[in-house]
Amino acid sequence: MTSQLAPEPAKARRTPTRPGDRVFFGISFGAALVILLTLAGVAIFLTAEGIPGVTASADQVKSGLSFPAYVGPLVYGTLLAAVIALVLAVPVAIGVALFISHFSPRRLSSVFGYVIDLLAAVPSVVYGAWGIIFLAPTIVPFYRWLYDNLGFIPLFAGPPSATGSTILTAGIVLAIMVLPIVTAICREIFLQTPRLHQEAALALGATRWEMVRMAVFPYARSGIVSASMLGLGRALGETMAVAMVLSPALVVTPNLISSTNPNTIASNIALSFPEASGLTVNALIASGLVLFVITFAVNFAARAIVDRRKDFSGAN
Amino acid sequence: MAKSIDVSDLNIYYGDFLAVEGVNIAIPARSVTAFIGPSGCGKSTFLRSLNRMHEVIPGAHVQGKVLIDGEDLYADEMDPVNVRRMVGMVFQRPNPFPTMSIYDNVLAGQKLNSKRMKKSESDAIVERSLRSAGLWAEVKDRLSRPGSGLSGGQQQRLCIARAISVEPEVLLMDEPCSALDPISTSVIEDLIHELKEKYTIVIVTHNMQQAARVSDETAFFNLSGVGKPGKLVESGRTEKIFSNPDEEATEAYIQGRFG
Repeated sequence: MTSQLAPEPAKARRTPTRPGDRVFFGISFGAALVILLTLAGVAIFLTAEGIPGVTASADQVKSGLSFPAYVGPLVYGTLLAAVIALVLAVPVAIGVALFISHFSPRRLSSVFGYVIDLLAAVPSVVYGAWGIIFLAPTIVPFYRWLYDNLGFIPLFAGPPSATGSTILTAGIVLAIMVLPIVTAICREIFLQTPRLHQEAALALGATRWEMVRMAVFPYARSGIVSASMLGLGRALGETMAVAMVLSPALVVTPNLISSTNPNTIASNIALSFPEASGLTVNALIASGLVLFVITFAVNFAARAIVDRRKDFSGAN
Repeated sequence: MAKSIDVSDLNIYYGDFLAVEGVNIAIPARSVTAFIGPSGCGKSTFLRSLNRMHEVIPGAHVQGKVLIDGEDLYADEMDPVNVRRMVGMVFQRPNPFPTMSIYDNVLAGQKLNSKRMKKSESDAIVERSLRSAGLWAEVKDRLSRPGSGLSGGQQQRLCIARAISVEPEVLLMDEPCSALDPISTSVIEDLIHELKEKYTIVIVTHNMQQAARVSDETAFFNLSGVGKPGKLVESGRTEKIFSNPDEEATEAYIQGRFG
């Protein structure tokens, strides 16, 4: 006798879901979507408005230069100022964060933490004012000293600016501005280092500093990279402080202390926008698109660096 | 190598709080001494005071003496860093450095001594330590992989290899098997048997069968009440403590009548 009972066709099993989960999924998915849409909107606007600026001939824009010749020095200035800022800020930020997380007495460390967070709350126009009114004149003798003693290095080839309105001054101001965010993130990451790993190092006979090198830094490395990239993002896009501090020209030079300095994209847009019209506006927007792409590239590079040693990250 | 420990009238404080009071015990060289007792009785704190690891908690300090072959661990000129290089430690949860390979984990202690080593020399140390920890056969083909990719029991043996690679005098183990399954536990227990040929081993355990299986000497710690300091109730040969202890409290604890 053959069995009449054919097996039931397999139905796709569905896990029951609850309304709360569905609502929450909708909200979080919507929020994620808003981010994508905003980004896409910005990218579309920059591209659409920028293309006429890119294709415009030299005599149609105010600068009298073709777009690559116009934007090249700006890209250079942007990267230079941001790199100066990071080179100055990251070591200090790591030091301060480490002091707060591992070396200072607890009471002092919370005071320090507040002060650092306060630095982040100061508006950039205040930093700009401080930079031009206080820092620039104060630092001129130092530039002269650099010129006299280290003038053979192209970075300090001079002649030193008499006002101190140089790309190095702008870089220093930017460094102070990115310091809080880099410090705050590094501090959080250092504090998250598992106690187990710190004790493992100490039990092997590590001094405090050796423990930091053995357990804290390796654990925090990807975090330090992310923090630096966030700082770099801020330095690349910072407008007001640079616009106030720098006396710009359209040049590409390694010289950090002379009175002819490359401008940054953001600062150039802010300074040129009020007097721009027609295709000049499009050219400015196109330079904004270039900045947008640079920032994107920086973030992707940071991701790639962090991912490269995923197995060893301590997250597994 | 392998030294005996003499503790006399040791009080351990966290700030003003007296955590462990009046410990007197002699721990013989090349043997396994187990500390047993209910939670919070101070056995881990006492274990950590043997390599000054309890001092990572601010305010921790001791009164009394801990002598390792006559050398006082708490003498003024004694640097806790040197103490810890002499007295190794294995923790409750396996804690290999996740950012280092298996190879580098084993050598972590050597690197602190900042000796420049030839490749052949460090290879030899890695192999010897991993063999002593009974892990060589399982990892010899993947020494460059991260230590965190191993199983829990393997990670714990890696930590033992790391601790013994610097050839300490004493090896402290703070509940080394409490996060492991029974099979990994028995591997580690066999390992402890082998290691006592060369090292003085002190182990804290919550598992009384384990104490009976692995140790030569047993010390029973207890609390006299909530908020009171922990005390060493009695210590002696393991057979004696488990069959015919002097104190009523020890017998009650071992027979499972409390704790």
